[in-house]
Amino acid sequence: MTDRHTTGVSPDERPLTAAFRADGRPANIADYEAAGGYEALRTALRELAPAEVTKLVSDSGLRGRGGAGFSTGGKWSHVPVGDMAPAIKYVVCNGDEMEPGSFKDRHLIEGNPHLLIEGMALACYAIQARTGYIFLRAQYDKPYALLTQAIAEAKAKGYLGEHILGSGFSLEIYLHVSIGRYMCGEASAMLNALQSDRPNPRWRPPHMASAGLWSRPTVVNNVESLCCVPPIVRLGPERWKSLGLTDEGGTRMYGVSGRVNRTGAWELPVGTPMREVIEQHAGGMRDGFALRAVLPGGASTPFVPAEAIDVIMDFDHMKEAGYSLGTGTALLVDDSVCPIGLVRNLVRFFAQESCGWCTPCWGGLPWAADVLNDIEEGRGRLSDLDLLEEQCWFMGEDMCFCDLAPSATKPLGAALKLFRDDFERHIREERCSYGPVGQPAGQRSLRGPGPDGGH
Amino acid sequence: MLTDSERREIEATLHHYPHRRSAAAGAMRTVQRHRGWLSDEALADIAGFLGVSVEELDSRATFANMLFRRPVGRHVILICDSDCCYVMAYEQMRDHIAARLGIGLGETTPDGRFTFLPIVCLAQCDHAPAMQIDDDFHGDLTPERIDQILASYD
Repeated sequence: MTDRHTTGVSPDERPLTAAFRADGRPANIADYEAAGGYEALRTALRELAPAEVTKLVSDSGLRGRGGAGFSTGGKWSHVPVGDMAPAIKYVVCNGDEMEPGSFKDRHLIEGNPHLLIEGMALACYAIQARTGYIFLRAQYDKPYALLTQAIAEAKAKGYLGEHILGSGFSLEIYLHVSIGRYMCGEASAMLNALQSDRPNPRWRPPHMASAGLWSRPTVVNNVESLCCVPPIVRLGPERWKSLGLTDEGGTRMYGVSGRVNRTGAWELPVGTPMREVIEQHAGGMRDGFALRAVLPGGASTPFVPAEAIDVIMDFDHMKEAGYSLGTGTALLVDDSVCPIGLVRNLVRFFAQESCGWCTPCWGGLPWAADVLNDIEEGRGRLSDLDLLEEQCWFMGEDMCFCDLAPSATKPLGAALKLFRDDFERHIREERCSYGPVGQPAGQRSLRGPGPDGGH
Repeated sequence: MLTDSERREIEATLHHYPHRRSAAAGAMRTVQRHRGWLSDEALADIAGFLGVSVEELDSRATFANMLFRRPVGRHVILICDSDCCYVMAYEQMRDHIAARLGIGLGETTPDGRFTFLPIVCLAQCDHAPAMQIDDDFHGDLTPERIDQILASYD
């Protein structure tokens, strides 16, 4: 079951989902206006200079919800505004959502497409862009249809188009549907994809804020980041920040998939402990399964061991603990799953999705995937573990053109430490001793030795 | 030659972009929707209309995982093989579909009804294991559910 709603709190405390309808249907413009929708845009156009909108977002401390966690206001502040600034600028919304494990942006758009439209409008006003693009992944037919309708509704009400709400500001928002590829989610590769060029990442500098889409100043923000902007402007940065439990402030979407009682995505205060997300909102593990580890925010984040789930889920606390928050949508790995098989799956994914530009990526990832496959199939050697460690260095952050291969080393590097015993047992026994995934504990013993070495 | 409806649909997007060639990605999607896949002839039609080279289009088409450069069946099954679906036993679903249809990944049934392909994460992780058939998502798959779902596509 998908649970979008968190009951018992006021709408202003859950601004991302406040206008979600109880019947599960997407909010229309009347629903959104009734929940304070488009008030922020009205206020901005009447009372705030573009730079003041950027300052509100900077003061809120909002950090990008796509995974990297850059300051949203910081990104905007690098774009030139004013009389001397280039006339043509762009805001691109990253709605590619291809990070394995992430489905929160889909929930946000399907619950209330207008929140994203208002967020886009505010972002465009802040950097004085007259054109915005929402880049959607190929599969998002439903979000595409909902956003198409939302744009038409917003235009009819004067929130988009020429001279918005009687101001001097005009804006068109276009939807661009991807033809597919994980690489398109990298911000600079996304710009190439939008231009209909091959989605290879770009070298920076020049930074996108000065030369991005068609070489014009461009800001790229994730769906959820933009959805946070209207509540920041409407409530004010201090009040919005106070919704969070830690210094970072605000709310965000937390999600859970895996063998739990309730998968889903929930808007919760930033800084909610992982244990609360798993046990309270996801209802804990299903009977017969124990939690082994958590992939906390997509395929690009290191594993968190089951013993460490008291960690607080915000960017800084996760980083201090040696993990990474990523998208905030967690995959729970239970004890029926062979961790080597899972890591092989993750590394194969990255190997397949490499654009093939730089050597550590196109050479290292398939190599690492082959080594993992050998270990999983009982042909591994102990020296392979050193080789995999070396690969993590070889594909590290300073060695590659973009973050794709370094991302793969995050779960791989963590797995080599966390699941060391599993790796060594696979090599020693020359086989994988796990049964098929999804087998409850009670049935596993019937199939021979289990993951705990129960000979 | 592009058909009238293909040309009209592509023309309707030209004003979204400052350069005509930037409509190419959408144009390839459009033509594939009409013709099922992108033949060499289809790429040549689009290239001629937008004023770009066939090679340029092909470099995009062959890198994109949602464009087909070979014929596909009436329905395309895309089964997610990423980490959440791995944890939720997609391999058992993959094997079940392969056995039911008598084809492996990358193949089309002899009657042209289904093409069976793997796909990266479909962002349906809350309903893993998941697959997409044409434009429809199907989640929380079990072998029984898969049989029902397949039967609903003629």
